[in-house]
Amino acid sequence: MAQDDVDIRQIEAFLFHEARLLDDRQFEAWLDLFTDTGWYWVPVQPDQDNPYDTISLIYDDRRLLETRVRRLRNPRIHAQMPPSRTSHLIGNVTIEDDSPDDADLLVGSNFQMLEYRRDKQQVFGGSCRHGLIRTEDGFKIQWKRVNLANSDGMLDGISAIF
Amino acid sequence: MRGNETDDLSALIRDDRVHRRLYTDPELFELELDRIFGHAWIYIGHQSQVKNPGDFYTTRIGRQPVLMVRHDDGEIYVLNNRCAHRGAMIATAESGNVSEFRCAYHGWTYGTDGKLSAVPIAQGYPGNLDFNDPGNSLLPVARTDNYRGFVFANLSSEGPGLREFLGFMTTSFDDMIDRAPGDEIEVAGGVFKHAFDANWKVYLENLCDGVHPSNVHESSIDAARAQDDDVFSDGAGEIAVRQMRQNGVGYNFFRDSVGLWTVPNGHSYMGDYHDDEKLVAALDDPSFADYIDALKADKGEARAREILSVARWNTNVWPTVSFMSQFRQLRVVHPVSVNRTEVHTFSFRMPQAPERLFADTIRFANVTNGTGSLVLTDDLETYGRIGEGLQCEGPEWIHMGRELGIDTAVDNNARETNGTSELHIRNMFDAWMSYMSTGA
Repeated sequence: MAQDDVDIRQIEAFLFHEARLLDDRQFEAWLDLFTDTGWYWVPVQPDQDNPYDTISLIYDDRRLLETRVRRLRNPRIHAQMPPSRTSHLIGNVTIEDDSPDDADLLVGSNFQMLEYRRDKQQVFGGSCRHGLIRTEDGFKIQWKRVNLANSDGMLDGISAIF
Repeated sequence: MRGNETDDLSALIRDDRVHRRLYTDPELFELELDRIFGHAWIYIGHQSQVKNPGDFYTTRIGRQPVLMVRHDDGEIYVLNNRCAHRGAMIATAESGNVSEFRCAYHGWTYGTDGKLSAVPIAQGYPGNLDFNDPGNSLLPVARTDNYRGFVFANLSSEGPGLREFLGFMTTSFDDMIDRAPGDEIEVAGGVFKHAFDANWKVYLENLCDGVHPSNVHESSIDAARAQDDDVFSDGAGEIAVRQMRQNGVGYNFFRDSVGLWTVPNGHSYMGDYHDDEKLVAALDDPSFADYIDALKADKGEARAREILSVARWNTNVWPTVSFMSQFRQLRVVHPVSVNRTEVHTFSFRMPQAPERLFADTIRFANVTNGTGSLVLTDDLETYGRIGEGLQCEGPEWIHMGRELGIDTAVDNNARETNGTSELHIRNMFDAWMSYMSTGA
């Protein structure tokens, strides 16, 4: 896809919509943003090439992503009882030049996510890459990669979605 | 501690219960650092983490920073990670390669065997600064030894050797190594580091606890059971969903089909829990078939079959390491404070096995040990609740008596029982008492 026929405001609106769905705990609607073969990836290494020869904080193919979202609704999810409140802040949105093989459009952004749960507030931050597909119904996420600033550091359990 | 220490300590452990103070008392925690971490064999790392001369890896024994380093002559040293001069930490990177260690503060410089090699203004010290004085070195810990490449250190020069300390548990390390064509394994694929607000002892206690999965992991078991297997997976979801469903086998399975074994010095393992049919993505997976072929070619058909028939789940080597030979996972517990613990988890690759097999190891690591996994997050939450709950001063005692008195003595100085028992916890407290009361 030629980059110059894409309106950056449209891309921003899509990312803000995604963030809103997560903050509003509309996880099923968030899942619907992904394609049927889409994946969500939070690597451990900042420069990690792939999720196959190195561990990941999260690497969900479509099947596992569905399971993750279903679990978030389970009343016995101890790690989310009570659930986290999150606030995603998205910025520095760019349409990247290098076009990925498996998506129409590569979008870069930075994020900060504030998470509050049980008297504890944490701040996560880093950059995101979205591989987007253009469909008749608008953009779909083929993949989302989250480069957490402290991805290889000591972390408590992560149950919220970045 | 006050009064007669040993008497005080023995009053804190009963056959079937342990006093809450063992998880909450900062004084007892300090005593543990001295008497357990100062006297037991503590796991440091695997030789593959320091393959070449100058390779180093940093870790801790209790709170004390140490580094494992391979010297020019091939020998592996475990050194105190602290400059002899003014005490600054020497190596701050997690790992790396150096020709020498040079302190950032005043430039004292050491060889990779810890020996002092250069000091600015050495003539300024009274007398002659003795470069051979151990007090002027990156001091090696009292004892370092390894079992087939698994490196342990001991801060005390007294007490049993490593093999005696491990006893029958050497066979679990054998199981991990024997499964590798060419007996070759190496740490690979990155390290998970996670933390929780509870005492360090709860971690190993949980790893041979066959009754917790049905409760702690209920949300991921339910979610996995409801998952449509026709949905696209590149292998990650397939292995994860399979593992989460397996966590739901229930109490009867652990009672009737799973064994728990303990040996002296606090060690234990759970067996017969997972066989390859339950966990390997598919036995008709060509990469697994290639792996079996490689194993048979290396060790012969009969021996390969014998090796693969061993079905050990978690092996706990008290006080701080737990590993899974079948899936080549190893977890190391680091106490931070009485109510804060960090865990590092490692994966092992078999360089002479088909490469794709390691992708399955990574997938398994992500679901069982991943900081964002659907499984581990509920474990971490539960540990935190123990840390919080035990702040209550009543009841004073915690149970560990499940299946008390039904275990039996078997070969290899071991005791055997079923997978719902808390025998492994009682066994750890036997070792705890032994080390805490004598310091060795």
